[in-house]
Amino acid sequence: MPDTPRDFSIPQPTPLGTKLTWQDYWGAVKVRWNWGRGNYAMQPGLYSVNEPDADSIVLLSSNYKLSLDMLRKHLGRMKAWVLVLDTRGINVWCAAGKGTFGAAEVVRQVKSVQLAQRVRHRRLVAPQLGAPGLSAQEVKTGCDFEVVFGPVRAQDLQAFVEAGFRATPRMRRVEFSLGDRLVLIPVEVLGHLKLLAIVALVFGLVDGLFRNVYSVNHAIAGALTAAFFLALGLFAGSVLTPLLLPWVPGRAFSLKGAVAGLVVFIGFGSIFRTVLVWTPLVAAAWLLLVLATASFTAMNFTGSSTYTSLSGVKKEMSLALPLQALAAVASLVLLILVRFR
Amino acid sequence: MNGFRYLKNVTTLRFNPERCNGCRLCLQVCPHGVLEPAEKRIKIGDADACMECGACARNCPTQALQVKAGVGCAGALLTGWFYRTEPTCDCACRSAAPVKTK
Repeated sequence: MPDTPRDFSIPQPTPLGTKLTWQDYWGAVKVRWNWGRGNYAMQPGLYSVNEPDADSIVLLSSNYKLSLDMLRKHLGRMKAWVLVLDTRGINVWCAAGKGTFGAAEVVRQVKSVQLAQRVRHRRLVAPQLGAPGLSAQEVKTGCDFEVVFGPVRAQDLQAFVEAGFRATPRMRRVEFSLGDRLVLIPVEVLGHLKLLAIVALVFGLVDGLFRNVYSVNHAIAGALTAAFFLALGLFAGSVLTPLLLPWVPGRAFSLKGAVAGLVVFIGFGSIFRTVLVWTPLVAAAWLLLVLATASFTAMNFTGSSTYTSLSGVKKEMSLALPLQALAAVASLVLLILVRFR
Repeated sequence: MNGFRYLKNVTTLRFNPERCNGCRLCLQVCPHGVLEPAEKRIKIGDADACMECGACARNCPTQALQVKAGVGCAGALLTGWFYRTEPTCDCACRSAAPVKTK
């Protein structure tokens, strides 16, 4: 658009680069480690990429900076408008599940940035994973723009556009590769630390009990021992199970976690024998704790997975949650029995 | 799909062929290839791959597809039970993220 007079009556878009800086990469590393993840948001509104004109494509995105970075780094030299919705700093798929990535917000933004005055066409390209929250029909009714669902991954966007806004079946499928799973592990692990610390404290408090006195030293040693086994369970449930997800037996995540927990417990068995008083009763107690922890933490990974359904999770939890609680309580009771025998 | 299978026979996805107008938008938005073209309409081909995200039902102009959509997330269910609400990801409702202006 050479020499087009700038119309100051409509809000000006913010230019957006397609190359990520080291700060962007560092920001991504930080949120993957749950550092400021709830606060990694961009200003919603209209952004311009490579000086777009009235015929350039309009892309929808969320205002989670990680999502927007993922999109813009794949745009290359494509001229595009990016309409960033206010999803409260939540990624596209999750925001769609909540409805914040939805028709109402699209219509509101289209009107607020006066998009109809900026582009000649009436087409918005939405990421496919926005579809659970975004009704193309409601957008059409609300602001007379047609929503076209693009590919799942931003990396396929150029091919999608070049093919005349057509996606191949592969572009439409969500995957869950080793790399996809790997980046999710730190947040999983960190998210469980508080609960597991409380459980370790409870085990420690019990370990201090004697018939006549209360031993603080035993309480501390007991808490540390419990913390070790809880960490083992956490490793099995939140690290091994996600990494080896396709190969760990079972469909229910709670079952996968328990299997991983058992394997890890057996694997580390020789260490316990050299360090701890290791009777069958003690072994059974710690095994139960590891199984409960591994099963519970693996079950939580359903929230990060890309293929579990609400009905399925409800079904597995109704069986697994009581069993996990039972195993943890049984573990504690066994340790008390050992103490008072 | 890519080899991952979750529990069998649990999905709440229902299809009413009589209401279907054959627009096939559902085929585009499904992330797991659950739905297939069939004559002039569609059919549910791989029900056990459904994750109940609700994309198809949300974009079905005739309500031929219906599903009780939600997040398949144990943490969300636990949070929901604890606070007696619908299943909700705690990650989001606790932090209405303030916006950075850069």
